[in-house]
Amino acid sequence: MKKVVLFGATSAIAHEAARCFARRGAELLLVARNGEKLSVLQKDLETLGAAKVQTHVCDLVDIKDHESLLKTCGELLPEYDAILLAYGTLGDQGESEKDFSVAEQEFRTNFLSAASLVSRVANMFEARGSGQIAVITSVAGDRGRKSNYIYGTAKGALSIFLQGLRNRLSSTGVHVLTIKPGFVDTPMTAHIEKGPLFASAQAVGEGIYRAMERKKDVVYLPWFWRFIMLIIKAIPEPLFKRMSI
Amino acid sequence: MAVGESWGRYPRVKQSVYSLAWRNEVSLPEDQLLLPYGMGRSYGDSCLNDGERILLTSGLNKFIEFDGETGVVHCEAGVTLEMLLDFGLPRGWFLPVTPGTKYVSVGGAIANDVHGKNHHCAGTFGCHVRSFELLRSNGERLICSPEENTEMFSATIGGMGLTGLILWVELQLKPVEGPMIDLQSIQFGSLDEFFQLSSESDQDFEYTVSWIDCIASGASLGRGIFMRGNHSKVKGPLKQNSLLKRIATVPFDAPGFLLNRHTMGAFNTVYYHKQRQKKVSSTVHYDPFFYPLDAVHHWNRIYGRKGFLQFQCVVPKDSDNEAMKAVFDQVVRSGSASFLAVMKEFGNVASPGMMSFPREGITLCLDFPLQGDETLRLMKRLDDMVFDFDGAMYPAKDATMAPEHFRSYYPQWEEFSQYVDPRFSSSFWRRVMKETD
Ligand SMILES: Cc1cc2nc3c(=O)[nH]c(=O)nc-3n(C[C@H](O)[C@H](O)[C@H](O)COP(=O)(O)OP(=O)(O)OC[C@H]3O[C@@H](n4cnc5c(N)ncnc54)[C@H](O)[C@@H]3O)c2cc1C
Ligand SMILES: NC(=O)c1ccc[n+]([C@@H]2O[C@H](COP(=O)([O-])OP(=O)(O)OC[C@H]3O[C@@H](n4cnc5c(N)ncnc54)[C@H](OP(=O)(O)O)[C@@H]3O)[C@@H](O)[C@H]2O)c1
Repeated sequence: MKKVVLFGATSAIAHEAARCFARRGAELLLVARNGEKLSVLQKDLETLGAAKVQTHVCDLVDIKDHESLLKTCGELLPEYDAILLAYGTLGDQGESEKDFSVAEQEFRTNFLSAASLVSRVANMFEARGSGQIAVITSVAGDRGRKSNYIYGTAKGALSIFLQGLRNRLSSTGVHVLTIKPGFVDTPMTAHIEKGPLFASAQAVGEGIYRAMERKKDVVYLPWFWRFIMLIIKAIPEPLFKRMSI
Repeated sequence: MAVGESWGRYPRVKQSVYSLAWRNEVSLPEDQLLLPYGMGRSYGDSCLNDGERILLTSGLNKFIEFDGETGVVHCEAGVTLEMLLDFGLPRGWFLPVTPGTKYVSVGGAIANDVHGKNHHCAGTFGCHVRSFELLRSNGERLICSPEENTEMFSATIGGMGLTGLILWVELQLKPVEGPMIDLQSIQFGSLDEFFQLSSESDQDFEYTVSWIDCIASGASLGRGIFMRGNHSKVKGPLKQNSLLKRIATVPFDAPGFLLNRHTMGAFNTVYYHKQRQKKVSSTVHYDPFFYPLDAVHHWNRIYGRKGFLQFQCVVPKDSDNEAMKAVFDQVVRSGSASFLAVMKEFGNVASPGMMSFPREGITLCLDFPLQGDETLRLMKRLDDMVFDFDGAMYPAKDATMAPEHFRSYYPQWEEFSQYVDPRFSSSFWRRVMKETD
């Protein structure tokens, strides 16, 4: 049976992906910073059929703790086959513009700490010659826009990091998946008015599960975002810089 | 469906929304009056809160526990009936009662104390609720069950979301052998034949319902198809074959002219004659049997932007069923009813709900595309008739009933209003509580 560690397991998207694993009897280790939420999810996933669900409380942004965190994960769920890294913060673009330390914190959460965790797991999987690394970035990382380029920068950097890593590990049996969701209806976007482009966390979570099963390299979720982003990326910069999208 | 619409897309309102996600840290906003909002499958204004705020419960969608021995499932109130089916069927358990759509939340099913095709033997949804937790605006969390906080238990079942927010529910599921239904479809030519079939079927069939043609008049008046079924022992796929299941979506509002007397009349005639023999027996999957409309997402858009009104009443059963005949006659004469009307006989199983709609008698349910004042006048005529016949109208499907009629359909309203949370309200509640002269 599959053994999966979820970093940022309390994310609505990660929860829906975890449900797909739970229904098929997987063993899960949920890591996030809120213990009460983790207990809620543990019960849900156990009820749905997971063979075993464990939880671990940890603020994932603290890079200095990552070494010991991964040791704990290895002890709780020895020989896990896959990780899904899902935590993130949307941040306040305006605040990040005014005060760089806010932007720095965003980079830490959405890029640096993620790269740190992924690097360590990648080395471990590489030594073993197997394993799956799935990471949620975002379509926001495909092109910088004034409305959210701090978040976009971090997600874009993470996508490039994963691209390089995939290239490095392509002959090792370790699979690296980059997940780029579009707009998803989750607590992260609770304050935003929902339009027709919004997908449900369930649809995106199931998409992640399928992409992991099929060992995809890069997925846009839902699929049509690949085409939306193709168009957005194709707009010439002199024009793009004047646009508000 | 856009968040904050009702299924009939009438009336249109402006309201703010607040999303709930974690049952351990729900805090209720304090600026406006509140109303829980599940899947928005109520038709009129009972799930709307014009000028105030709705609480979206779709994020409260976690399972808590399941007892495979007893079939009691413990889950959050935003879990949908679809999720319960997907969860229960592989384990041999089915919904004890289900309305005609599976895109309904458990909280919504309790708040309207919904009924299904098995009302004559299983009663309402509320009859199968073991307990729930209710969050009141003063922060109190009450565990309600037939043993504990019993008045609040009874007021909340059928309480239209007004008594507070249901956080989680313990529901008794029902054991079944599989997903298939043994079905008999029988053509009938008149309402009298319907009443006859209904009385002779209720003993032996767990599920009964009829489709009635409310466009055909003259010799065909009251023709329809009576459907009766039981859970089957025949094995079948948990999910329907993927080709059949493929879900269509109505992507945008249909232009108004698409639905008129002629197109609807033609549809009804084809539907009636689809069945060549008087009686057909078959074994069918539960999905098309219980949820024929769910196959087309957003089917409510075919009525165009103006939306539509749903009408559902119950009138007492009497020796020659004059009441239902008169109501039905009025519907047919109006010439503005649409596709399918559904008729069913309710049984006498009592619900724990204080304000529940179902009561012994015959219920009739259909859509009217909204065509301005004429449609509203028709609804008023029907409401008056139901009132005169000592019947009742269903709040979950209502946008027009007269306030004084509501209070006579539900004479318990005064007792009920003591349990209404002072910071909860709805467009429906304000409408029917309005003083009239
Ligand atoms: C195609 C179709 C067929 C239908 N068939 C039937 C049928 O056969 N029988 C029947 O009885 N009904 C039927 N209905 C109506 C539907 O079952 C009810 O309106 C049901 O209550 C809708 O549930 P919902 O989750 O969409 O809730 P909403 O419509 O969003 O809300 C309904 C009520 O529940 C309250 N509510 C929701 N969640 C909570 C909560 N957590 N705590 C407290 N209150 C809450 C709301 O405040 C509101 O008053 C049908 C509807 C459709 C669209
Ligand atoms: N929603 C969208 O439209 C969208 C679009 C594209 C990409 N994404 C990405 O998808 C991922 C999942 O987000 P979501 O939409 O599911 O939103 P969500 O439900 O709000 O999840 C975000 C999660 O990240 C956790 N988190 C944040 N900082 C953390 C930290 N320092 N340590 C541990 N956990 C931390 C949060 O934990 P707490 O609950 O404890 O706060 C929360 O559970 C994110 O990476 C997001 O950037 C989302």
